[in-house]
Amino acid sequence: MTNDEKTHIVPYKTQITVLIVLIILTAISVAVTQLEFGNMNTLVAMVLAGTKSFIVLAWFMHLKYEKKLFPIMVTSVVILFLLVLFVTFFDYSYR
Amino acid sequence: MSEENTQKHKSFLEYQGKYKGILGWILSTDHKRIGLLYLYTMLFFFSLAAIIGLLMKTQLIAPGHTIMGPQTYNSLFTLHGIIMIFIIVIPGLPAVFGNFFLPIMIGAKDVAFPRINLLSWWVYIIGIMIVLTSQFLGDGPPDTGWTFYAPYSFRTPTNVLPAVFGAFVMGFSSILTGINFVVTIHRMRAPGMSWLKMPLFPWTLYGTAWIQILATPVIGITLLLIIAERTLGIGFFDPALGGDPILYQHLFWIYSHPAVYIMILPAMGVISEVIPVFSRKGIYGYKAIVLSTMAIAFVGYFVWGHHMFTSGMSGRALYTFSFLTFLVAIPSAIKVFNWVATMHKGSIHMHTPFYWAVSFLFVFMIGGLSGLVLGSLATNVHLHDTHFVVAHFHFIVFGGTGFAFMSALHYWFPKMFGRKYDEVWANLGWGVFFMGFLSLYLPMFLLGMRGMPRRYYDYLPEFHGANIASSLGAWVMVAGILIIFANLIWSARHGKKTSEKNTWGGKTLEWQVDTPPSLENFDEIPTITKQPYDYSDHSEKLNQ
Repeated sequence: MTNDEKTHIVPYKTQITVLIVLIILTAISVAVTQLEFGNMNTLVAMVLAGTKSFIVLAWFMHLKYEKKLFPIMVTSVVILFLLVLFVTFFDYSYR
Repeated sequence: MSEENTQKHKSFLEYQGKYKGILGWILSTDHKRIGLLYLYTMLFFFSLAAIIGLLMKTQLIAPGHTIMGPQTYNSLFTLHGIIMIFIIVIPGLPAVFGNFFLPIMIGAKDVAFPRINLLSWWVYIIGIMIVLTSQFLGDGPPDTGWTFYAPYSFRTPTNVLPAVFGAFVMGFSSILTGINFVVTIHRMRAPGMSWLKMPLFPWTLYGTAWIQILATPVIGITLLLIIAERTLGIGFFDPALGGDPILYQHLFWIYSHPAVYIMILPAMGVISEVIPVFSRKGIYGYKAIVLSTMAIAFVGYFVWGHHMFTSGMSGRALYTFSFLTFLVAIPSAIKVFNWVATMHKGSIHMHTPFYWAVSFLFVFMIGGLSGLVLGSLATNVHLHDTHFVVAHFHFIVFGGTGFAFMSALHYWFPKMFGRKYDEVWANLGWGVFFMGFLSLYLPMFLLGMRGMPRRYYDYLPEFHGANIASSLGAWVMVAGILIIFANLIWSARHGKKTSEKNTWGGKTLEWQVDTPPSLENFDEIPTITKQPYDYSDHSEKLNQ
């Protein structure tokens, strides 16, 4: 309940590295659309998108440097989202 | 009850800020004024939607064309649903009483983001305006029902887009309020108010706020997909374009079922405030209520499929959703046992808010148990899309949220307006309303079991008797609403003035501040040392 948190400045080098990784992952996301993975198509796309989201959240949105509470909250939300997807696929996988 | 009057500052009602008159209200960032802005908006639209409901019930008093044709009936039940759900019960208790009392109950001077709070009211109003344009522009008012089910919602020539877009805009208001409340509760609790010393109404607002933040974007995206499908012809849901209509139902209910908990959790919070005060006894099982609140908020995300048992889902999905639906009944039942146990051997004080609270228990139990009938796969097939569902839904949403809203309004009215209302009229209004409510909705269970479908302006002659009882009940209930509103509106302007801090003998912080509260609520932020419902002094007095 105080307002005395220290701020963290991410160096340019890290920012640029993250940017390059994101561009590479984006290129991979486009390239994999040329490959046929059958039932796994959605999974591959989701894993790539999830990895990019994780990198953005951790470095660009500073979650890596925040108090534990924030990563816990974000992880809980991701788990909730995955559970909702899981339950939805009880319908789609067995219809 | 305390007769203490030590008011040092002008109340928030008298305080003259930067703007005068109506601008002093619609541009105010004071959480109490914003709460009242929501209250007035909701009462206006509630009256409108109640009149529409009354017209529908009047149409159903006899088979065939009574006062309207099928297209008008379809448009009216759509408008009734959109107003009641999106404008009233979803923002409902958090927007009115959450805004007004959350900061006071946790010992704060305002919410964390007062300007965003005002913005959320404005976004809400803009959303309402957009929804209302659907009634007057284009090819006639929408006739899809408030659920906008695919594929009909893309094919009907009626004016669906503004209604859908308005609901989308109102979703932003809900998200903004949710974010505001989560941050306020995390960051602005008074010194000493640990999580387990926080009153239960703020706890339920906390659970609700998370649902608002996490579930509302799903409906936002879904409504955008409808707009994309209608305007650009992209096949998300329309089978003719390669889409899946059941996907629409999944996405719609992934939000709209948790939305039921947005409606009911704060209602449970209000009841958890009112019952201990009028029983002069600490709440039974505080931690169990807190845990069950969060359990309902969590499990409530995974039960949406019970709205779709007859839609063509896979068998495994049906069993899964039915099982999960039964699970969510457990925390709800825990709360009911806790409330009853709180009253047991309490020193009951019969006042209007308490009447509303105990009648809440009665109707909520009927609503909850009829929900289990709908959660069972076999009985659901028989009852799906019948009047049974309408009765169940109204027992939960109107009986649950509506009764709790009335309880909250009568409980906090003296604090909000600094005036007392006439309790004789208030009790009479409650009695008439309660009788009307039961006569209106109980026959619908019977009608549904006998096979009368919902959303039809006409019915077979064998359903006539129960429909007469139901329609007459609607008129009685509206008479009750008129008595209640007339009493409260008159009292807000001309009722006996009071500056008594603690009208009912409550223990939470709102009963320690001025009546009506000053602009910043507290002269000095209090330090919390006790549990929120500590009536040990009362028990000691009784034992002497």
